Amino acid sequence: MAELTYREAVAAGIAQEMRRDDNVVFLGEDIGAAGGVFKATVGLFEEFGPRRVRDTPISEQAILGAAMGAAMTGLKPIAEIMFSDFLAVCWDIVANEMAKMRYMTDGQVTMPVVIRTANGAGSRFGAQHSQAVENWAMAVPGLKVIAPAFPADVKGLIAAAVRDPDPVLVFEQKSLYAFKGEVPDGEVVDELGKAKVLRQGKDCTIVALALMVHRALAAAEILEKEHGISCTVVDVRSLVPLDTVTILAEVAKTGRLVTIEENPRLCGWGAEIASIVADEIFWDLDGPIIRITTPHLPLPAADYLEDNTIPSVERIVREIRERID
Amino acid sequence: MNQKSKETVALGHDIRLELYKLQLELRYCEKRAYDLFLQNLIKGTSHLSLGQEAIAAGFGVAMRPDDYTFCTYRGHAHTLARGASMEGVLGELMGRECGLLGGKGGSMHLTDVSKGAMGSYAIIGAHLPVAAGAAWSAQYRGTEQVAVCFFGDGTTNIGAFHEALNFSVIWKLPVIFVCENNLYMEYTPIGSVTAVEHPAADRAAAYNLEKVVVDGNDADEVYRTAAKYMARAREGGGPALIECMTYRHSGHSRADPGQYRPPGELDRWLERDPLKIYRERLLGLGIVEATLIDLEGEAMRKVDAATETAKASPAPGLDGIHKNVWADGGAAWRN
Repeated sequence: MAELTYREAVAAGIAQEMRRDDNVVFLGEDIGAAGGVFKATVGLFEEFGPRRVRDTPISEQAILGAAMGAAMTGLKPIAEIMFSDFLAVCWDIVANEMAKMRYMTDGQVTMPVVIRTANGAGSRFGAQHSQAVENWAMAVPGLKVIAPAFPADVKGLIAAAVRDPDPVLVFEQKSLYAFKGEVPDGEVVDELGKAKVLRQGKDCTIVALALMVHRALAAAEILEKEHGISCTVVDVRSLVPLDTVTILAEVAKTGRLVTIEENPRLCGWGAEIASIVADEIFWDLDGPIIRITTPHLPLPAADYLEDNTIPSVERIVREIRERID
Repeated sequence: MNQKSKETVALGHDIRLELYKLQLELRYCEKRAYDLFLQNLIKGTSHLSLGQEAIAAGFGVAMRPDDYTFCTYRGHAHTLARGASMEGVLGELMGRECGLLGGKGGSMHLTDVSKGAMGSYAIIGAHLPVAAGAAWSAQYRGTEQVAVCFFGDGTTNIGAFHEALNFSVIWKLPVIFVCENNLYMEYTPIGSVTAVEHPAADRAAAYNLEKVVVDGNDADEVYRTAAKYMARAREGGGPALIECMTYRHSGHSRADPGQYRPPGELDRWLERDPLKIYRERLLGLGIVEATLIDLEGEAMRKVDAATETAKASPAPGLDGIHKNVWADGGAAWRN
């Protein structure tokens, strides 16, 4: 076991796969010589050189289009979109092209491409550099979507994404890049579509993703110690494929579902989970489903405003305490 | 094929007959598609290349079998020109099981990866960077393959065109961008919405590329240009941007009778019909007319046979709806 930061785990995951397979290539803005604007790809340019780690112009359509064309013809590209908000300028390539090519050609084309992107709030960057947009991708058939919360998951899920033959979007949480955690030594390869139960409780099941997993764990600790409410915490990790087996089983055990989402309210990923739970295990529920989300707003920039917009530990504790008894 | 591509001076009779035969097939097949519309056997939309066949044919004959084609929703001709089966194309247009894509793509997405036809893209501009990516892959793997990317004049005003050109030049990618300038972006004259006279070629200088404008109705000229720039790209000389002047004889799509065109314009271009020009040239070169009549009959029989095969093919099975979202063949998004 080694202790790595979340950002070091990104580089470690990419490096592991690039060492294994010469067809894995990596492209994006400032990712090479500069090591990435979040320093999440430090060392890759030095180890693999400019043939495999390629700096690009500020041309998101070209970056993802090139990744797609390369993926269709034998390479396994990893493309970085610096901020997930920028997916909006190349969404055609993601949502219309990569996602649909295999289906439209009835299987003639395989699309083993990974899009990594820095997602989410907490850095006070304002409404165009702080969005949590994993639900955009979740809404498009043909895309796989993951959002790891811990360094070990980062490394293992990036490896799994690279080895997956379909397009995978990896939403890295930019405010977690400095978070440290244990990562197993040697090759680490995780599995897409598997949620993880991080804490077992009996009063409610909190389902969370990425940064919200950390806040859910902190809230669960306080709820247990100070209010006698014991919570299960499930880290969804993968929105598509979605591990409904684990989620439904854990919700059925406690009889209550709480989703904690950084997405703005409407059509956040938790809405789909709430729908599945209501549809399939309604009679196992002991009370209403609770969704704790960012309000349906563009994100404000100031630290005080941002902290009072996305779900905080205090708000999670308060809402669960008020509604579960 | 590689040697042939490098032969840029003399065009032998064999290549010329191949060019004529291919143009005939493209013309007859597109006309048949139009007829099948009128019979309501083709639904949805469709964008015909009638009048533009020399471009698809010129490149198609000049390309190596392992080269990549990327084209647009006006892509029947480019897909056929790589050797995709005609019943596969007509079947797809008709929504039949024998369609190239099993009915899941339709007219605007014809693809035959086994022939290097890497897709028809229906969002303007999207496939230029994708073609650059295939060229990057060829460069990376050292295969000397070239990617050829066809698009219309309207594409030159969308961002992806400019991103792809800059990207391909800085990476020196083996990709040939081919603008088919048929004078209209859908229903609007391209000149009325573009800052320069030649929508593609006049932008070349911005990307440190040569300005190349050719007669897109002359299959020989297209073939020679294709061979020259593809040979250069194979040798590491990087991309080219070629603007082919042409004209579509029909409207933008099935729904468009093309009434926005000034009187007489179509007639003038019909005088420059690529098949008419080419037939006269072959006769002038001493090829006996009987040879041409044979080719014409053969092409029509091929289209007839493909039509019958497609008509006889059933609707695709419903089980296909849930297949091939993912590489495992399925569509599951949950366990």
